[in-house]
Amino acid sequence: MSAIYLAPGLHIDSEVTEILHRRLREVFGFPIKQTAPFLEADEAYDHKREQYSSVAILHQVTELIEPDATRILGITTKDIFIPMLSFIFGQAQLSGQAALISLARLQQTFYSLPPNPILLADRICKEAVHELGHTFGLIHCLDIRCVMSLSTSIEQVDVKRDDFCRSCRTVLLERIDAIGQYMPDVEEEQ
Amino acid sequence: MNSQWKILVVDDELIMRESMAAWLMEDGYLVETAESGHEAIELVKNNQFAICFIDLKMPGIDGIEAMMEILKIQPEISAIIITAYATVDTAITAMKEGAQEYIVKPCNPQEISILVQRIIKIKTLERENQLLRKRLLKQYDFHDIISKNQKMAEIFDLIKDITNLPSTVLIQGESGTGKEMIARAIHQAGSRREAPFIAVSCAALAETLLESELFGHEKGAFTGATDRKPGKFELASGGTLFLDEIGDITPKLQIELLRVLQERTFYRVGGSEEVKVDVRVIAATNKNLQEATYKGDFREDLFYRLNVINIQIPPLRDRREDIPLLANHFIERIALELGKNVTGISNNAIKCLIDRDWPGNIRELENAIERAIVSCRETVLAAESFAFLIPQDEDRTSWSLPGNMTLSAIERLAIESTLKRCDGNIKETATVLGIDRSTLYDKIKRYGIKR
Repeated sequence: MSAIYLAPGLHIDSEVTEILHRRLREVFGFPIKQTAPFLEADEAYDHKREQYSSVAILHQVTELIEPDATRILGITTKDIFIPMLSFIFGQAQLSGQAALISLARLQQTFYSLPPNPILLADRICKEAVHELGHTFGLIHCLDIRCVMSLSTSIEQVDVKRDDFCRSCRTVLLERIDAIGQYMPDVEEEQ
Repeated sequence: MNSQWKILVVDDELIMRESMAAWLMEDGYLVETAESGHEAIELVKNNQFAICFIDLKMPGIDGIEAMMEILKIQPEISAIIITAYATVDTAITAMKEGAQEYIVKPCNPQEISILVQRIIKIKTLERENQLLRKRLLKQYDFHDIISKNQKMAEIFDLIKDITNLPSTVLIQGESGTGKEMIARAIHQAGSRREAPFIAVSCAALAETLLESELFGHEKGAFTGATDRKPGKFELASGGTLFLDEIGDITPKLQIELLRVLQERTFYRVGGSEEVKVDVRVIAATNKNLQEATYKGDFREDLFYRLNVINIQIPPLRDRREDIPLLANHFIERIALELGKNVTGISNNAIKCLIDRDWPGNIRELENAIERAIVSCRETVLAAESFAFLIPQDEDRTSWSLPGNMTLSAIERLAIESTLKRCDGNIKETATVLGIDRSTLYDKIKRYGIKR
């Protein structure tokens, strides 16, 4: 059966991947697998902005896609950007296979506050579900409590829940069902 | 639903436009990208965009030039100029040339998100406003007659009251006010709508022809009557017969018509068999029939027979509030018929139309709109689109002659005024003045007229 793969950056703690294993399995119902840790490429680093190009890291992640992967989620500690915006929390290929989240701005320390591991775990789960939601074709939801609502600030991340509203969930389940109908079951074929 | 709005991202840098497009698509917008100003202009020609993000510095034509071209094609696009290096000068230029916003990258995601939402909110309201306007227009639309004028509203009420009565109706109004439209509305709104509506122009035919046209003829009634032919009265049986320009019928026909209206029977031309008819007659004229009866040109008894229900349609100059409604109605219809992408009319153009007296009434307005649409290259009719309408004041002065003018001065004035009206076109001016081109050249030279 196809799986959702986690692609952790070199500096990602095992605690983070364990939390995501549990939560993503619950939400999407696919088996969760993991690639070997990857090192963010030097070329992805923008010296002027002192940030990493999200597009470049996402490209690295797509190269880690295994044959049995339905989706892959890259996880990085680096602060990421796209040229137009000063930062982003994550990026995804809409209705594609790959997504990426950055933990940089999810940590309380980024805002000069004492660390809060529980809050961090909560934020990581929300962003991971949100970006993977995009890979299933979901767009931003107007319900600010829905995990698919747009977050342009950390406050907006904290306001939303780590789950889908009813209508987003319905769409998601339809998309997952559709995949089940035509995605090859790689394990059985092997 | 954001999916009904399209956004265009123009940037020569692939990563910039692709990542921006991806970010906007996550919001549900349809996004297209272009790597140059030229490509963007081509896309705008064939697509409707709500917002256009344009990078200032691009090889080839720069962002501001591209924006100016884009706004010429679709003035309603909200253009946002993006730059990495903000200067006051470029910001002022961008805003002067029509940019809605000028932003410096990289910018805060929240800022862009709010900006896009704000623009889309306005666009949604504008679209809603257009829809409501359309509905409002329909509210003023009575069987295709459009008006919010009080007198016209009274006519609509009267029509509703009389539709199912058999009584004769007399519609009076200047040429082009829509007398036949009113007659059709009376027919359509009533129980006779399933039966035919037959219109006859009484002025168009000679007496004998009109007689046979109205009452039909028997075989051999006159030379060329090879078959028996039913008249309009018979064809309109059960329905409505509309007699336009009734003021122009001859005394003989006036008597025959009076007889039909009184007896509801008639004889075909050359026939001896009485034909019974159930026809509602609606007559119309642009003449003052009452006055014609005083002069003895129109039978008084027929006038009273026709004038059971009287409808006086006001001329367009007395219902100027209808001009914007009518103009928009004609634009919508004519643009569709001609397959032209003209969607509206500017406020200046409307003002120009309202200021005119329209001696030819609605028909003249309709023709003016059609001519403007034919030559219009934008999506909105501007005041310039109606340049062919001669300003009324100028028109009058060109024909009012001061007492001390010589014949050659009058000739010079006539040539100058016609030249101006024909936009300096010699061939057209010569045709209008009824002289040769060479004669016109001679006169222009002789009088020293500047073209």
